[in-house]
Amino acid sequence: MAKEDVLLLDFWVSPFCSRVKIALAEKGVAYQQRGEDIFGGKSELLLKSNPIYQKVPVLLHDGKPMCESTNIVQYIDETWPSPPLLPSSAYDRARARFWADFIDKKLFDAGGNIWKTKGEDQAAAKKELIQILKYLEGGLGDKDYFGGDSFGFVDIIAIPLTNWFFAYEKFGNFKVEEECPKFAAWTKRCLGRESVAKTLPDPQQVVEFVSMMRKMHGIE
Amino acid sequence: MAGEEVILLSVYPSMFSMRVRIALAEKGVKYELKEEDLTNKSLLLLEMNPVHKKVPVLIHNGKPILESLIIVQYIDEVWHDKNPLEPSDPYERAQARFWADFIDKKVFDPARGIWATKGEEQEAAKKEFIEILKILEGELGEKPYFGGETFGLVDVALIPLYSWFYAFETCGNFKIESQCPKLVAWAKFCMQRESVSQSLSDPHSVYDTVLFLKKMFGIESITTQCSIFLL
Repeated sequence: MAKEDVLLLDFWVSPFCSRVKIALAEKGVAYQQRGEDIFGGKSELLLKSNPIYQKVPVLLHDGKPMCESTNIVQYIDETWPSPPLLPSSAYDRARARFWADFIDKKLFDAGGNIWKTKGEDQAAAKKELIQILKYLEGGLGDKDYFGGDSFGFVDIIAIPLTNWFFAYEKFGNFKVEEECPKFAAWTKRCLGRESVAKTLPDPQQVVEFVSMMRKMHGIE
Repeated sequence: MAGEEVILLSVYPSMFSMRVRIALAEKGVKYELKEEDLTNKSLLLLEMNPVHKKVPVLIHNGKPILESLIIVQYIDEVWHDKNPLEPSDPYERAQARFWADFIDKKVFDPARGIWATKGEEQEAAKKEFIEILKILEGELGEKPYFGGETFGLVDVALIPLYSWFYAFETCGNFKIESQCPKLVAWAKFCMQRESVSQSLSDPHSVYDTVLFLKKMFGIESITTQCSIFLL
């Protein structure tokens, strides 16, 4: 497939964009990438491709846009079937979608509440994040990955969000590994994959970005 | 499919439960409906949905499936021979999922605000609700269904809302049809389908539930309590 058939509208630190990049890498799909200036001024193409939310990521395949990262990852899996990211049985697929939905509803906002707040509010946010991770540990069980033996859909949905944990830990003064060792072990396992290691930004850069956001929000 | 055991844990006025009932009816699946009392949740519900403790839950041969849109997709995949709900083309499927997700993200908060708040807050909720419905009208365009010629995922996702229109209009003192005629026309068209007319709760029963909730919790605390009721 020629490189220009697939275009990703991207923002470097967005874990949602990372999901799409990891999925494309897992499938060996060549694509073009265009960085959006989220704060400075979004491109015409982005505004036209995602008029409802005006957000990244947007994947354009043969010029046709798709929005919402979880949706895009499923599209990638269906369009380039090998290797499969979603399980083959309908029940296991429903379980995978449940965990993806849980992560989408809960994880990033819980993390955001940690770096956006202080004092009692922050303590409550930390407690909530740990509870969410414990639920995810339950979903993982004794498996290497959420999908079982192989890295799959839920792993792709979750792993980029852990890229921000270094920032939560710094501003929240805690360590995920101490509270949720199983989850931390799964994180390390995923980071050993080339598609993940090559995609995720340096966590220190994420810390600097979050630090800037804290100043913008008047927290520091 | 002989020997299949299908149970649905449901609550009568819940729009999310209605989605699943429509999907099961579209596929002609026989199932046992178990009505839950959300003030006293059954052990079965708590066991099958320990994370969210919410309805609907579909239990298929003893295994639980959760979250209404995920359940609808599951039903579509398992009973794929009859009345497909998701498009066959991956791009069209991605579009359908996008709009179903949009409905989930955008419709229910202002909808709740219409019956659970008053004064300025209620006016803001009404305005936002109508704006969201107008966006959906734009997406519907001239098509008979959101799915095009065939009733599909987005239609299933949205049509239960219609059973709540009477409650919204009575609480909010406005008429949805005057502002979104196309959407109401689409809803009436969907109601001609047996799966829909049999699965949607009676609007007056829904309104009675709303009145009950308002009385039980008092209007000020209602938005917290609503999340328990998934309404």
